Amino acid sequence: MPTALDEPVAPKLLRVRLAPRLVGLAVPVAAVVAALAVGAIMLLALGANPIEGYVALADGAFGSGNALADTALKGMPLLLVGVGICIAFRTGVINLGGEGQIIAGAICSTSLSLAIPDTPRILLVPLLLVAGALGGAFWGAIPGALKTYYGVSEILSTIMMNIIAAQFLSFLLLDWLAEPREIRIQQTERLTLNGDLPLLPGGTRLHIGVLIAVAIAVAAFVLLFRSALGVRLRAVGHNPNASRYAGMPVQRSVVEALAISGACAGIAGAVLVFGSESHRLIGEGGAIGFTQNAGFNGIVAALFGGLHPLATIPAAFLFGGLLTGGIKLQRELQVPAALIVALNGVVVVFVVGSLKLRTRLAAWADRVTGVRT
Amino acid sequence: MSDFFTLSVIVATLASGIRLATPFLLASLGEMIGQRSGVLNLGVEGVMLIGAFVAYFTLLRTGSTLLAVLLAVTAGVVMGLLYSLITLYMNAVQGISGIGIYLFGLGFTDLLFQKQVGTPIPVKGLDELHIPLLADIPHVGEIFFQHSILVYIAFLLVPVAWFVIERTTFGLNLRAVGETPEAADTLGVSVNRIRLFTILIGNSLAALAGAALALELGIFQQNLTSGRGFIAIALVYFGAWRPLGVMSGALLFGVVSATVNQWKTIGIIEGAASSLTSMAPALLTIVVLVFVSRRIDAPSALTKPFDRSG
Repeated sequence: MPTALDEPVAPKLLRVRLAPRLVGLAVPVAAVVAALAVGAIMLLALGANPIEGYVALADGAFGSGNALADTALKGMPLLLVGVGICIAFRTGVINLGGEGQIIAGAICSTSLSLAIPDTPRILLVPLLLVAGALGGAFWGAIPGALKTYYGVSEILSTIMMNIIAAQFLSFLLLDWLAEPREIRIQQTERLTLNGDLPLLPGGTRLHIGVLIAVAIAVAAFVLLFRSALGVRLRAVGHNPNASRYAGMPVQRSVVEALAISGACAGIAGAVLVFGSESHRLIGEGGAIGFTQNAGFNGIVAALFGGLHPLATIPAAFLFGGLLTGGIKLQRELQVPAALIVALNGVVVVFVVGSLKLRTRLAAWADRVTGVRT
Repeated sequence: MSDFFTLSVIVATLASGIRLATPFLLASLGEMIGQRSGVLNLGVEGVMLIGAFVAYFTLLRTGSTLLAVLLAVTAGVVMGLLYSLITLYMNAVQGISGIGIYLFGLGFTDLLFQKQVGTPIPVKGLDELHIPLLADIPHVGEIFFQHSILVYIAFLLVPVAWFVIERTTFGLNLRAVGETPEAADTLGVSVNRIRLFTILIGNSLAALAGAALALELGIFQQNLTSGRGFIAIALVYFGAWRPLGVMSGALLFGVVSATVNQWKTIGIIEGAASSLTSMAPALLTIVVLVFVSRRIDAPSALTKPFDRSG
C-alpha cells in the first residue's frame, strides 16, 4: 500500500506548492499583456508605433542599471501600500484610501521636518518615518472607527478621506507649508538636508526607502502569518461572526487593520517626500499627482501578489517597471503623460477581472497534479 | 457676509443649486438602480468624465447639443458593456474594478483633450427652457422653471425610476436579484441579464450626468468632475436606495456647492481657503453617512457576484 513516504519529497513539493502558484501567476501576467494590447490600440490611435513604444517601455523599465533602480523606486510606494492592503483585505476591510493615507503621512513627516530641521540625520530620518506612519495610521483609523461604530461603508469613507486629504494638502501648500515666495506654487521649500534618505552604494538613485519597504513587507508577513494578532485579523476577515462567538474583538480588529494599513501607506508618503529628487512636498498637479496613484496601484500590486506580503514584493517591482517604462514610452513617442494613467486603469481592470479565472485555473492545476485541497 | 443675504443672491444661488444638483441626481439614480440589483459600480466618476468629454468635444466640433448628448450616452453604454463583461462574466471584485474604470476615464479623457483640443475653448451649452407661465412667477420661476432641458429630464426621472422599480415586473425582478439572487434564479429570472440592464442604465445615466456637467459649465478640463461621481455613489446610501431620498441628497449637495461658489464670487472666501471649502462636499458626505448608515438597509446581495455553480 503506497503511503506518502513512498513519494520522493522534491517532486511532490513541486507539484503541491509550485504548480498552482505558477498557473496563478500566469493569469495576471496574461492580463497585463492583454491590457498592453489595449494600450497598443490607444497608441495607434495617437499615431504612434506601438512596437516602438513597448520597446521603449521595456528598455525604460529594465534596460539598464539606472532603469532597474528607477523601477525599484517606483515599485517602493506600491509595495508599501500593497503590504497594507494585504493586511486590510485579509481582515475583510476594503481600504481604498491609500491615496489619502499617503498624503497624511507626507504632511505629518514634512511638518515634523520643518519643526525640527536641525536634528541629526540618524535621528531625524527614523522620526520622519514614524511621523509618516502615525499620520497614515490616523487617516486610516478614522474610516475604521466610522465603520465599526457607525456602520459607515469603508469603501465610501476611504474615498471621501482621499478627497479631503488632497484638498487639505493643496490648502497647506498654498498657505501654512508654502514656500515663502512672491508667487506661490503648490510646493514646500527644499526640506532640511538632514531629512534626505541615505542613498545606497552603486551610484544610482536607489535610497534606503527601498530596503525599508522590503523590510516592512517581511514584517507584515510575520505579523499576518506568525503572530497572534495576525491569526485574529485573518479569522475576523474569514468569518466575523464565528470570531465574535470565539470571543475575539471584531470591532477593534477592523480599526487596527485599517490603522496598520494606513501606517504602511503613510510611510510611503514620508519616503516619497524625503526620497524624492526635489526633496520637497509638491502638490497634486496634472493627471499624475504627488502620489502617482500609488494608493490605487498598491491594491493591484497586492492582488497581483495574491494578498501575500512576500509575493507582493515582485508584483510591486513589476508594476513599478510598467510605470517607469511608461514614462520613457511617453517621452520617446511624444504622447501626453495622461496615457500612462489611462493605461494604468486598463491594467487595473484586466488584473482584477482575471482574479476569478486565476482561482479556477489554480483549482484545475490542483486536480491535474492529483492534489486534493 | 451681508452681501449674501439679499433676495436676488439667494434666488440665484438656489437656481444654481438645482442646476448643480442635476449631474449628482442623474449619476445617483443610475447607481441606485444598479445597487438595487446588487451591483456596486465605483467607476461612475470615470464614466462621467468620458460622458463629459464626448459631449464637450462633439459640441465643439459639430455645434449640435442633441448629437453631443446622444454620443455621450452611447459612450456610457459602451463603458457599461465593458463593466458588465468584467463584473458579471469574469466576476471581478466590484469595488476595485470600478477604480480601474475611474483611472481609465481620468487618463483617457485627459489624453484625448490634450491631443484633440489642447487649450480649453468654451462652448455654448444648452439653452434655457422657460416653462410657459410658471417661469414668469417671480423668484419661484427663476429658481425652478428656467433651466436647460437636462435639468427637467433629471427630475422627471425620479418618479419614473420609482415607478419602474416599485410597480413593474422588471422592477420586481430587479429587487429580487438584488436581495436574493439564488431565489430569483430558481424562479427563472436571469440574474446576470437583469444586472446587465441595470449596469447599462447606470452607465448611460452616469455619462449623461457628465454631459450635463460639461454642457452646464460649457468647458472641459482634466478631472472636470473632481469627485462628483464618488459623491453620487454616497448619495445612494444617503437616499437609502429610494429615488426621493436620492433626490433630496442631490439637492442638498447642489445647494451646498452653489453656496460655496457664490461665496467665492462675492469674496467671502478667497485664496487658499477655497481649497478648504472644496473639502466641504466630501466632509458633508462622511457626516451624513455617520447619521444614516445605521438606519438603512443595503440590498443584501450588494457587491456579491452571482455564480450559478455556487
